[in-house]
Amino acid sequence: MSRSRFVKAAIILLGALLAGLLPVPATAASKLRVVGSTQDLAALAQEVGGDRVEVEFIGRGYQDPHFVEPKPSFLLILRHADLLISVGLQLEIGWLPPLITQCGNPRIQVGAPGNLEAGQFAEILEIPTGVVTRAMGDVHPLGNPHFWLDPENGLRIAKGIEGKLSELRSADAAYFAQRYEDFAKRLKEAEKRWDVQMKPFRGRKVVTYHRSWPNFAKSFGLDVVGYIEPRPGIPPTPSHVVEIINQMRRDKVKVILVEPYFDLKTPQSIARETGGQVVVLMPSVGGDKPITDYFKLFDYDIGLLVRAFQAAQ
Amino acid sequence: MSKSVLLCSVLLLLVPAGAGAQAQQSEKETTEARLKALEEQVRALQTLVESLRAAAEEAKVAPPPPGATIAPLISGGTAPVNAPGEGGASLPVYGGAPMGAKLLNPDISAIGDVLGSVGKNKVRPVPLFELHEMEVGLQAIIDPYARGDVFISFGETGVSVEEAYMTFTSLPGGFVARAGKMRAAFGQVNTIHNHALPTIERPLVTENLVGGEDGIDDTGISVTRILPAPKGLFLEGTGQVFRGDSGDVSTSPLFTSSRRRDASVVGHLRAFRDLTDSTNLDLGFSYARGHNDLGDPFITQLFGIDTTYRWRPLRRAIYNSFLFRNEFVWSHREQVANLQRAFGLYSFAEYRLNRRWTVAGRFDRSGRSRFSSLTDTGFSTILTYWPSEFAQIRGQYRYTRYAQQGDANELRFQFLYVLGAHGAHPF
Repeated sequence: MSRSRFVKAAIILLGALLAGLLPVPATAASKLRVVGSTQDLAALAQEVGGDRVEVEFIGRGYQDPHFVEPKPSFLLILRHADLLISVGLQLEIGWLPPLITQCGNPRIQVGAPGNLEAGQFAEILEIPTGVVTRAMGDVHPLGNPHFWLDPENGLRIAKGIEGKLSELRSADAAYFAQRYEDFAKRLKEAEKRWDVQMKPFRGRKVVTYHRSWPNFAKSFGLDVVGYIEPRPGIPPTPSHVVEIINQMRRDKVKVILVEPYFDLKTPQSIARETGGQVVVLMPSVGGDKPITDYFKLFDYDIGLLVRAFQAAQ
Repeated sequence: MSKSVLLCSVLLLLVPAGAGAQAQQSEKETTEARLKALEEQVRALQTLVESLRAAAEEAKVAPPPPGATIAPLISGGTAPVNAPGEGGASLPVYGGAPMGAKLLNPDISAIGDVLGSVGKNKVRPVPLFELHEMEVGLQAIIDPYARGDVFISFGETGVSVEEAYMTFTSLPGGFVARAGKMRAAFGQVNTIHNHALPTIERPLVTENLVGGEDGIDDTGISVTRILPAPKGLFLEGTGQVFRGDSGDVSTSPLFTSSRRRDASVVGHLRAFRDLTDSTNLDLGFSYARGHNDLGDPFITQLFGIDTTYRWRPLRRAIYNSFLFRNEFVWSHREQVANLQRAFGLYSFAEYRLNRRWTVAGRFDRSGRSRFSSLTDTGFSTILTYWPSEFAQIRGQYRYTRYAQQGDANELRFQFLYVLGAHGAHPF
């Protein structure tokens, strides 16, 4: 290629890049654009933000939040966001950082006003003490990141979101505060209902696949006595399966809780050996079609658990 | 008790010995006044200590309030830290300057890549065992406007900087810029680090046309921007300018600069679309141009097309997935006598059988940039086992028919392991 043709090609490329500077039509200019890294955070943002926000999310409720693919299509969501709410505690460490780096949106970079980690507001359990190594599996050094499964944490996160939305859009602060108060009131009422439903089963022993449920178990009085994964993120081995079977028999455990993204083959074989049952519990909003908001997540899970415990009696 | 001890000590210190009566009287008054003042100070201090202790106990017991003020439970850089001399009940820490000093350190990782090979390959022979690479990564946010990534490759024959660049993440207009040494955005496989490849070695087309294992990896600047496109279509343009030295210098140099103006350029246009929640299609067009090793007037140009189809069911993403990737590269290399036009491609498919096992296959065919009439062909089958996310064991059978140089049959093994926090790679 001659020099002139090369220059032409360079001009075309530069032109294409500069064309990107042309304003992109905004879909809803008056609304704050909020992106949740998970559907739970998006649901809480929607509760507080009401019709003054436009909410989108990246990870779906039935997807393992540790292993979301950082697809370029998510950059299209992030590039216009005013606020990105992430779980934090390294839950999204495998996929969110490259998306933030690549999106070309200064508003949501780490440390910018539009970047909010929900973990800072929540009660965090299972913070490792002592030496932390990968011999412990895919352990989260800052604590268990599945904290949104305690309604009290949901409330705390909502309060944090209210503060952030008010900071970003001070003109609507009163509206967000009122939305939060309404959400808090409804959640407190729902918590009473859920507590009544779970009261007969407080102290029940369960086995779970992954360490997704410590906050849920604490909130509703379940006793998690074992895990199908020998270590977080490590697939079950035959020897560990035998250990779990023995433990379930010894402790008379009849319920195995499994997240929707794990294979049911091993849990079901354990259930057959122990006379227990497998319950596919949803860890997130959107995990199943009826779970369209934060309240329905607990309605759904508690309904399943109550039926499972009743059947086990 | 501490109060009385303190008072006694003060008394002992203040009582004078062998003074006159008047002087004694006056001194006594002074002492009493001092004592009173000290008593008051001690009382005030005691009250302060008690109130601080009560506050600390309260903070320990009380759960974070759902309403009112939000207090971070995890520090994340927001927890108050006592400055030296500002009190705090904890004992001083000697020798370690522990967490505080480490908080701002970059994420550090090391990835070991050990290879073993048996069989026959006279054209590109490799040893029975080799520490192919130990990649050390240092990654951190530099300041509110940029982040830095450094990857140093330690091998048995030396050390090289594979990549070291800063990324400007807060530029206006949606631009993302990089400055430093980096793998160029030419196609797909050129951007991937050795340890992240789905096969043990790079495809033949990379070996023959795109600068060998090092590929286009040079120092320069890069600008990327998402371009306007119809809804649902991701379109991204990248323009890069490099010094002009790329490729494996000893075996297959691609670009060589002898003067400042011998810069090389790379352009990449990427289109991506989700077909369904679980499937997507990736299409890329690449162009690279630079001076080749024959000297100033001789230019090498590369044109590339890459396509990738992915299937990954969201509910079972860790168990099953499928990837089908093709890259086509056209090389135009100016030489003394003529222009060598060579073409190469690879076609790669990979299927994840379950959480631990992956099978894959690759077909290779590529002309040689210097002798375009010579074409090498080959195929590979690959089996990978993942004990965990942080280690993999791979076996690969590779057959290659080198033009005019005979056949090669090899069985290769790879052991990969990750230490520390290695940041996620771009998709």
